[in-house]
Amino acid sequence: MSAMTTSERSNTTTQPTPPSRKRNSLAKGKLPKWAIPAIAGGSIILGAAGSTLTGFHVASFAIYSAVIFLIAASVATTVVEGKRRGKNATWTYLIYASFILALIPLASVLYTVLEKGLPGMNMHFLFSSMNGVTGAVDNQTVENGTPVLGGAYHALMGTLLITLWATVISVPVGMLTAIYLVEYGKNGPLARAITFFVDVMTGIPSIVAGLFAAAFFGLILGPNSRMGIVAAVALSVLMIPTVVRSTEEMLKIVPNELREASYALGVRRWRTILKVVIPTAISGIASGVTLAIARVIGETAPILVTAGIASNINLNVFANWMSTLPTFIYYQIMTPTSPTNVDPSIQRAWAAALLLILMVMALNLAARLIAKLFAPKKGR
Amino acid sequence: MAKRIDVNDLNVYYSKFRAVEGVSINIEPKSVTAFIGPSGCGKSTFLRTLNRMHEVIPGGRVEGEVLLDGDDLYGPGVDPVTVRSQIGMVFQRPNPFPTMSIKDNVLAGVKLNGKKISKSDADALVEKSLRGANLWNEVKDRLDKPGSGLSGGQQQRLCIARTIAVKPDVILMDEPCSALDPISTLAIEDLINELKNDYTVVIVTHNMQQAARVSDKTAFFNIAGTGKPGRLIEYNDTAAIFSNPEQKATEDYVSGRFG
Amino acid sequence: MTTNALTSKSSTSGRAGDKIFSGAALGAGVLILITLFAVAVFLLIQALPTFLADPADISGGAGFFSYIAPIIVGTVVAAAIALLIATPVGLGVALFISHLAPRRIAGPLGYVIDLLAAIPSVIYGAWGYMVLAPALVPGYDWLATNLGFIPIFEGPASQTGKTMLTAGIVLAVMVLPIITSLSREIFLQTPKLHEEAALALGATRWEMITTAVLPFARPGIISATMLGLGRALGETMAVALVLSTGNLIPSLIKSGNQTIAAEIALNFPEAFGLRLAELIAAGLVLFLITLVVNMIARAIIARHKEFSGAN
Repeated sequence: MSAMTTSERSNTTTQPTPPSRKRNSLAKGKLPKWAIPAIAGGSIILGAAGSTLTGFHVASFAIYSAVIFLIAASVATTVVEGKRRGKNATWTYLIYASFILALIPLASVLYTVLEKGLPGMNMHFLFSSMNGVTGAVDNQTVENGTPVLGGAYHALMGTLLITLWATVISVPVGMLTAIYLVEYGKNGPLARAITFFVDVMTGIPSIVAGLFAAAFFGLILGPNSRMGIVAAVALSVLMIPTVVRSTEEMLKIVPNELREASYALGVRRWRTILKVVIPTAISGIASGVTLAIARVIGETAPILVTAGIASNINLNVFANWMSTLPTFIYYQIMTPTSPTNVDPSIQRAWAAALLLILMVMALNLAARLIAKLFAPKKGR
Repeated sequence: MAKRIDVNDLNVYYSKFRAVEGVSINIEPKSVTAFIGPSGCGKSTFLRTLNRMHEVIPGGRVEGEVLLDGDDLYGPGVDPVTVRSQIGMVFQRPNPFPTMSIKDNVLAGVKLNGKKISKSDADALVEKSLRGANLWNEVKDRLDKPGSGLSGGQQQRLCIARTIAVKPDVILMDEPCSALDPISTLAIEDLINELKNDYTVVIVTHNMQQAARVSDKTAFFNIAGTGKPGRLIEYNDTAAIFSNPEQKATEDYVSGRFG
Repeated sequence: MTTNALTSKSSTSGRAGDKIFSGAALGAGVLILITLFAVAVFLLIQALPTFLADPADISGGAGFFSYIAPIIVGTVVAAAIALLIATPVGLGVALFISHLAPRRIAGPLGYVIDLLAAIPSVIYGAWGYMVLAPALVPGYDWLATNLGFIPIFEGPASQTGKTMLTAGIVLAVMVLPIITSLSREIFLQTPKLHEEAALALGATRWEMITTAVLPFARPGIISATMLGLGRALGETMAVALVLSTGNLIPSLIKSGNQTIAAEIALNFPEAFGLRLAELIAAGLVLFLITLVVNMIARAIIARHKEFSGAN
């Protein structure tokens, strides 16, 4: 800064600057362009050298190089450009570093799922259950080197059914509650109480939601009442607040003028809400609901305590235990089908993980598309 | 069609706050009546009580009588929905329904109420209403396009078409030109002159020239100060209000010496 | 009184629709209240035997408190590790996306971060179990030999890598996208005018960030962190898969420790009778802890709203 002001002052006080001048005075006191790449190159060489001293490892190499670069670049900038710019440089590089640091595990997660999931992803996996696939079958597979048997069809169906039922419960309750809050309750004491408890629900840990549902049905139907619908209720506890929140936000941004225009035409309130307010907000509501589904479809903990685990296909949510993709992944890893040959189980787990991630991503993309496609048309 | 409105000693409240006090006024059928006055004098609030739109606002309520050809709007057992289908309203900012086409916007009052209407009747009603709002020639080729694609003035005329499609007796207009450019304003003012042949029109306006141009009678509202209720100061033929007002406050306001 | 033409018959039948619809909306809202209340009551009833039973019958044989205390500590420690790592990194990433990255890649990056926040926790858990834990073993060995004198790095390090520190790191990876996407949104809301004013006064980019962006975003950052904390406290699968559980110990790089959520998930499927009541009571405790954390977060946001001149 000091360099800047002095040079500016000299520019204004002196006569018009001669055109033959070689260096722009505004660029004075700055590191030349080649400096930072040079420091980076030097840090990499030093980092490699340091890492080799302690037995070369990619991690130590990266850490050493990064630390050396950070210190060297900051010091160089401070010396040449002054303290304030030095500080600016230090923090800028730290921010870059945090970005790269964050990318590593996230990229690793995605890479692992793809790398380990793709080999097991095939028609047999998608369309067969674990019924009859025992440890002996897996041992046989490993010994003979034949393709892995058994799949996640039962878990896929369980996931779809339980999520469907959770949606069937949550969407009407959530949307009607949001309609009450925005259109009827205004800011009355009941509306405030509902808002407060919806907030409370937002913070419920998923395992506690599972316990809620388990305890509720446990008292009604007796102990160990585990079935799909209990899991759907548990997921609804997680889903309802999301649906209420997103619907509420969307209803609130519908201009009041539209409601008034409708009332002024002699249209009843419920028809106004159903035919004017909701259609105007529908894209946002639908995308919010889709995101809520994406959130609960991957939930594991509440399913563990409410739906149990099954290896056969059960399409009835009102009786018997059920598997879902997340619990399938969990049990295949924690208690492999064959304790001596875990590879088939691990392969199935990652294939299921890939399937689950694809479903979640598809739902997220769908939410985006819905928001774009169904937004009120401008029509110009 | 076209009924008269008689208001007897009406008080309008927002919760406990009295916004308008003791208004009595008789509005003739097939005429244009303008409400003028400074901001916050309660003219818009009063207008909204004439079709029970005031009570849409939380805490909004009234005391007194509003008679539509002798029937009290606020009488026991009267459904606000019935009132609003007989007394239509056009708002300050054009507000066509963004999810509907031009045609559906015109038919909104019919369709939203779930009434069945044959296609030929619907087409006839759309054309009649749009012609009535001087919009037919501009939009007849794009009836299926969204209403929000029109210009501001066209949107406002679409809102008027939407209002007359429900065949009201009275049309209330709350500063219908304040968001429009001068050319669109002129089109709306011409339209108001034509609407008078079939409807009772009540218009709130900030623009005294507009009141002088379009109205037969003018009512001047004023407030004594902030926090005080608005009152009807003077109600007379428009010519009399602007050339020869009885009250000093009216004279000050119409001659621009106000405040 | 003369008959009022405005009271027609059709209007009375039409009103029923209004009544039914508003009734349904009200009913849905009240249903939420009733369900939450009923479920809280059921949960309490189911947990009650824990508090009535002979302390010797509770797991650990010394009553509910000495059963729950170590796993509360474990829960808090795991969440604290996660936040210590995820908060600075997450804020850095958010600043990178909102203020440093070129506009063209900032949008897609933000979207990718949102997608990462949607990845199911069981997948993070599986990744921690299969990839991260083995990869960290050499690092833990190094910590044990060089920093072993600090109790939290006391050796010998676990040779599976399934330790509290690994669980904390997995939790950090999980809450990172949450903290990033929430704080990025707040950073983007910084009034452009403030930023330009700072730059016009000759501030460097970092000075602009400290004088204009961070003060504006502080309550948002705190609440994003608190929400991340709530998530980390209640997260089950990552810990259940990654941690080789055991008694409460100070060392973070040995097998041991436990969290409430994982304790429930690991034991619930086989639990019955008093053990079931214990686990439900543990769930109640977890619920109370996350409730308090979320309340604090909300109170901070609410107080900020009053003071910000945003409206």
